[in-house]
Amino acid sequence: MTKRTDGRGIHDLRPIKIVAGVIPRADGSAYIEWGQNKVYAAVYGPKECLPRHIANPYKAVITYNYRMATFSVPDRKNPKPGRREIEISKVSGEALERAIFVEKFPNTEIEVNVEVIDSNAGTRVAALAAAAVALADAGIPMRDLVSAVGVGKANGQLIVDLNKEEEDADDAVDIPIAILPNSEEILLLQMDGLLKKEEWEQLVELGINAAKNVYEIQKQALKNKYCAKEE
Amino acid sequence: MQEMIWSLIKDKTLAELKQGIREDGRKFDQYRDVKIDYEFTKNADGSASVRLGNTFVLAGVKLQPGEPYPDQPDQGTISVGAELLAMASPSFETGPPKEDAIELSRVVDRGIRESDAIDFKSLCIREKELVWITFLDLYIMNDDGNLFDAAAIAALAALKNTKFPKLGDDDKVVSGERTSKRLELNRLPMLNTFTKISDILLADASLKETKAADARFSVCTTEDGYLSAFQKGGSGYFTKAEVSKCIDLAYINSDKLRKLL
Repeated sequence: MTKRTDGRGIHDLRPIKIVAGVIPRADGSAYIEWGQNKVYAAVYGPKECLPRHIANPYKAVITYNYRMATFSVPDRKNPKPGRREIEISKVSGEALERAIFVEKFPNTEIEVNVEVIDSNAGTRVAALAAAAVALADAGIPMRDLVSAVGVGKANGQLIVDLNKEEEDADDAVDIPIAILPNSEEILLLQMDGLLKKEEWEQLVELGINAAKNVYEIQKQALKNKYCAKEE
Repeated sequence: MQEMIWSLIKDKTLAELKQGIREDGRKFDQYRDVKIDYEFTKNADGSASVRLGNTFVLAGVKLQPGEPYPDQPDQGTISVGAELLAMASPSFETGPPKEDAIELSRVVDRGIRESDAIDFKSLCIREKELVWITFLDLYIMNDDGNLFDAAAIAALAALKNTKFPKLGDDDKVVSGERTSKRLELNRLPMLNTFTKISDILLADASLKETKAADARFSVCTTEDGYLSAFQKGGSGYFTKAEVSKCIDLAYINSDKLRKLL
């Protein structure tokens, strides 16, 4: 078993730090550093759903805006939201919807805005992890936090939390996965690359375990904000 | 308003499914009839129309010379677009592609690109200077559910049917002229989309079933047993056992679909 380019073991996450409550104007917010990735997440709502025709009489509408800052990637990104950002926003919002008791807030909108300010592979899962903490910080009733991680394959090894160099390997397979940690329900799952089913069976276990480690860090971030005042 | 109507229909659809009945009498893992017609347009370098039940999709390919990406100087590339035409459904509107169309095109793209179906090096004309760019555009003409799989079949059929245009001395395509050289496909990656309603998994959902869905999971498989793309959508969830079941069914259904091409 060879070490990875950044010295990690194959099942190791990069260092993760989460802080809850970093955008004072927002109803809830969080900041995450995940390796080199840095993402802010802010939640507004439940609020009036505008434009009105997108409102749902049965549940709150979740609007998730995943955006990357122009300076967050090696070459300047066009500030206009790209197809990648739009797709990620769609599947991430759908993932969060399962966690939130949306049926308690019909005809409203819960807006989740995430901004990636530095990136090195795995930003969509970092953003989701931050968004879940921001939703909890906003006091929105949820079944559980949403915890997320990337798993996959690079240089012939099945690994957890691919960095950019690994994601660019010839045989790279990248699988972002988000779960409800307690029920292990899979809320977000994407994959690109060439993978055998047996490899997937191993990776899903690695992903669920790693996401549960992220879960502990998310909970700690909330405790740090809300339990720290005890003497 | 439409949401409310679909929500009412969902209850009935689910009640019938619980008794093992699909509205058109199919088994849960069964596809509707697929009809593929090639070369509906002589202006495209490759084209195909696909009818999956009443879902109707057109795919057209245009090969155009262009500059390679700096990090892949000896490789051509593919660009997939999708339009949910306003004629296809009262829910679709004119205008630039929205998130549903963008997701559709990106999932079809991923399945093909990541399976190495196209040898991108074979699309190189002159290294660092000129490569073929494969523009594959999907037009949804009628939405009767499961647009993902219908679009993916149409995409493959059109690519399989593609011939290279003639390249002039000025590095531009000679309008209307085509060579006999075909675009070679190394693999035929097949997209299989499963729709989850309550705890029931359905292959090839009809429109009613699509509208009743809690979640959807698409898996792209190759004939040599690889998986080349996943995409989960919708606000519901999948368990890992359900994902595993979808993959197994996808291998079986893909083999059947591949024979139609």
